[in-house]
Amino acid sequence: MYKEYLTVSNIVGPLVIVEKIRDVKYGELVEIEDGEGLLRRGTVLDVSTERAVVQVFEGTVGLDVDRSKVRFLGHSQTLAVSEEIIGRIFDGSGRPKDHGPQIIAKKRLDITGSPINPAARDYPSEFIQTGISSIDGMNPLVRGQKLPLFSGSGLPHARIAAQIARQAAVLGKKEKFAVVFGAMGITFEEASFFIEDFRNTGALERAVLFLNLANEPPIERIATPRLTLTCAEYLAFELDMHVLVILVDMTFYAEALREISAARKEIPGRRGYPGYLYTDLASMYERAGRIKEKKGSITLIPILTMPEDDKTHPIADLTGYITEGQIMLSREIHRKGIYPPIDVLPSLSRLKDKGIGEGKTREDHADALNQLFACYARGKEARELSLILGEAALSDLDKLYLKFANLFEDEFVRQGEFESRSIQDTLDLGWKLLHTIPRHELKRIRPEYLEKYYSEEK
Amino acid sequence: MKQGKIIRVAGPLVVASDCLGARMYDMVKIGKLGLIGEIIELREDLAFIQVYEDTTGIGPEEPVFLTGLPLSVELGPGLISSIYDGIQRPLDIIREKEGDFVPRGIEVPPLDRTKKWEFVPLVKKGQDVEEGDFLGEVEETPLLKHKIMVPVGAAGKIVEIKKGKFVVEETIARIQTKKEVKGISMFQTWSIRKNRSVHERLMPDEPLTTGQRVLDTLFPLAKGGTGCVPGPFGSGKTVVQHQLAKWSDAQIIVFVACGERGNEVADLLLSFPELEDPHTGRPLMERTVIIANTSNMPVAAREASIYTGMTIAEYFRDMGYSVALMADSSSRWAEALREISGRMEEMPGEEAYPAYLASRIAEFYERAGKVVCLGSDKRIGALSVMGAVSPPGGDLSDPVVQATLKVVKVFWALDDRLANMRHFPAINWLLSYSLYVENIKDYLNTEVAEDFIGLRQEAMQLLEEESELQEIARLVGVESLSARERLVLESARSIREDFLHQNAFHPQDTYSSMKMQYMMLRTILHFHNSGMKALEEGMNLNEIITMGIRENISKMKFLPVDDPGLLESYIEIDNAFKNLVQKKGTSEDNV
Repeated sequence: MYKEYLTVSNIVGPLVIVEKIRDVKYGELVEIEDGEGLLRRGTVLDVSTERAVVQVFEGTVGLDVDRSKVRFLGHSQTLAVSEEIIGRIFDGSGRPKDHGPQIIAKKRLDITGSPINPAARDYPSEFIQTGISSIDGMNPLVRGQKLPLFSGSGLPHARIAAQIARQAAVLGKKEKFAVVFGAMGITFEEASFFIEDFRNTGALERAVLFLNLANEPPIERIATPRLTLTCAEYLAFELDMHVLVILVDMTFYAEALREISAARKEIPGRRGYPGYLYTDLASMYERAGRIKEKKGSITLIPILTMPEDDKTHPIADLTGYITEGQIMLSREIHRKGIYPPIDVLPSLSRLKDKGIGEGKTREDHADALNQLFACYARGKEARELSLILGEAALSDLDKLYLKFANLFEDEFVRQGEFESRSIQDTLDLGWKLLHTIPRHELKRIRPEYLEKYYSEEK
Repeated sequence: MKQGKIIRVAGPLVVASDCLGARMYDMVKIGKLGLIGEIIELREDLAFIQVYEDTTGIGPEEPVFLTGLPLSVELGPGLISSIYDGIQRPLDIIREKEGDFVPRGIEVPPLDRTKKWEFVPLVKKGQDVEEGDFLGEVEETPLLKHKIMVPVGAAGKIVEIKKGKFVVEETIARIQTKKEVKGISMFQTWSIRKNRSVHERLMPDEPLTTGQRVLDTLFPLAKGGTGCVPGPFGSGKTVVQHQLAKWSDAQIIVFVACGERGNEVADLLLSFPELEDPHTGRPLMERTVIIANTSNMPVAAREASIYTGMTIAEYFRDMGYSVALMADSSSRWAEALREISGRMEEMPGEEAYPAYLASRIAEFYERAGKVVCLGSDKRIGALSVMGAVSPPGGDLSDPVVQATLKVVKVFWALDDRLANMRHFPAINWLLSYSLYVENIKDYLNTEVAEDFIGLRQEAMQLLEEESELQEIARLVGVESLSARERLVLESARSIREDFLHQNAFHPQDTYSSMKMQYMMLRTILHFHNSGMKALEEGMNLNEIITMGIRENISKMKFLPVDDPGLLESYIEIDNAFKNLVQKKGTSEDNV
């Protein structure tokens, strides 16, 4: 039996302070029984000889100082896993939410995990075809990458994430594949959009969902992404599956972290977020990747909504520093009615270079990609100039670039929500658009590829 | 071993009582797991310890073991090609022993204790030796003769010197010092927070070439100098750092991946054994030491990692080598400092960073330099340091950037606007600077070409002029510029696109020798000057800028350095302009 403490002295925000404790460890899981006999759970954030600071996942509403009973469980928070976990839906603390039975644990995994040894990592290099031109062509995703979607309120990030989950495939391979989905603080409607979409495409059978909705305790959100990733690690590195992890919305996660930090009266960093936000986010994002001699992989797509579309906001900023690129959604393109509203210029995939080229996508991919970027950037500059001076003020060449930029958005970026383009089609489309520009301007492309793919007649 | 008792655990900070006698920055082992920590504050018998491993499961009443020794690194044969974590534990050995994830409380010696090294003595019995003198050498890799030096405090007369194969712990020499006879083994230990001693410091006067045109030509770093690369995310900091690690003409590279991505380390580990050093033709891994404390590894060890790297780099410098250290990224190190400071409840300075941030950064960079090493031969060694800085939102007013700029002499400003246009390396030529140009001027003029500095100046001027002209063109349109000014715009564009833009992933373009850089720049500027002259002679601007020769200029960078095409492009410019003048002459005659 566990010792029961009736020595709660203070309750501050999500924190409970327990006095006169013995043998309590840092990071230990805690059970708190309130006056009505209901159980809540928490974890030890700070422990000294006299007292422990406990962060309560479910929040402290209704807790009192004199009747609350506290039990320290002697281990940190774990997730019970077995093959049966696939196809199930859990709440943000890992309890079944689909009216199914508890998972009979083959293993209990600590949800904090251990860092992957950098010497054990394999470099991600397998191209994933998402069927979306602005991703595949311009910012290709590879297996084991962490590539976030930077979005804003009102932008269709959920639809894009669902489309990626639906269409993602590695060229020429059929392998065990799973989606693990972690929701932090999103609305019921958004969550059910994903569930319905997974159900309709049959993906639900090979998905695991962890849902913490907007009306559920914010502190629970600290655990949700860790449960999600622990589950993903089990599927990838023990069951050899290729796992796609989607986490929405990291902004709500960071806000929960800030809430705890404020309650602990820590010195805030930028915009009130704790100074360790970077380390904290990294401890999750870095769990994605590949390991040498292991078949499985974890590809991570966190989604975050940038307050006021500001990419220098700490959450977006720190995420960008940890992840291997970002897919940036643009309100301007969204307003033009273009789906998916991906702004390719500030988007980036850092791992693309090892994932594309001959034998992976096509020999000309890297050069064509660089050229498309350069032309689109110049076209957008011309567009800005024409807004100030009028289109007549542009040189003939700049007019061509402007035309290219318009075509690029209209034909290359724009595509249907259920349209999956092969990488060949995407590249051919890119070359078609490059024909708008005179050949000698295409400096980023090696002569041999120009010879092969750029014919004057087109 | 003396023992204390834990009274508080808060994340990476542990407080222990009964620690009277412990010294600041001594290493301690914590709890039953034996996690490694370092004392960072003492209040009476209380010791505040930063722990280099995750403290989950540690609680009050558990013991703390005081080792009485500072946190140190082992220096000796076996360092090269290693990959260490922030406190010099070999990650590759840990993987063999413990699997794919890094467990806690593991203890593995940094240098292999079983490997035998062939020791060749360089001194004789009876000889007098000073601190830093070579006792002998070990061929650690075909690229590197690892010198075994007389440790500090062991000057005296050689009583015995051995020859043959030994493991690092065996005694290879005995020295009669003033006090006693000391046995010397092939390795020594050194506290990471203490500078290694040198004889004297010198002014840097040679360039550290990197094969990156924008760096070597416009903003060069000197051997023994310091530089920083600040930039927002996605602007190519890491690629720049990797390029520096790959192509710098240093004999030893120490790469500290501090709080960055695991996949980047994997990239280094997988690509370096494959890549060839352009100066020696050997795999790059044979001259590289990697310290990897990725962002998900314990935060306190991140704080230690750059000192671990620095001490190893200084050790190789002491052998008289040119060493380059890359730290990616110093911002993550500063954040680790901030996190620990916050847990200690210290009074915060700017952006919650501790008040001593600037002095710590200055101390770190000051460990770079060109020096006369210890030892009677007065050999010269150099340690160059390049730090990446990751300011939040790319904002250069960030305290870490500002503190760094106060001490470093080269500033490579990354610009995300250039990165968005896929102009790489995205180093802004208007903001960046190098204060070493004066120091290395003579060297460049004698070793590369006598007009090199002149050409550099000319190119800088054109770029400067371009930005002014662009401003005007933006306001009143390109048409309002004179033909001369429009040629300046064209030439500056050529400098940007044909010279500064460099593709790190193109086999030829990734590295440009100084000779190559000189030839390219000379050709581009020759075209510009010939064009200017032709304009004065009444040529039409359009005819000049549409000349076929310009396509050759844009392709120069893809040629190998000994390709005759490089020189031809230069000569052909003269011919092309001659033809142009003749053509004009004939068409005028016809009129």
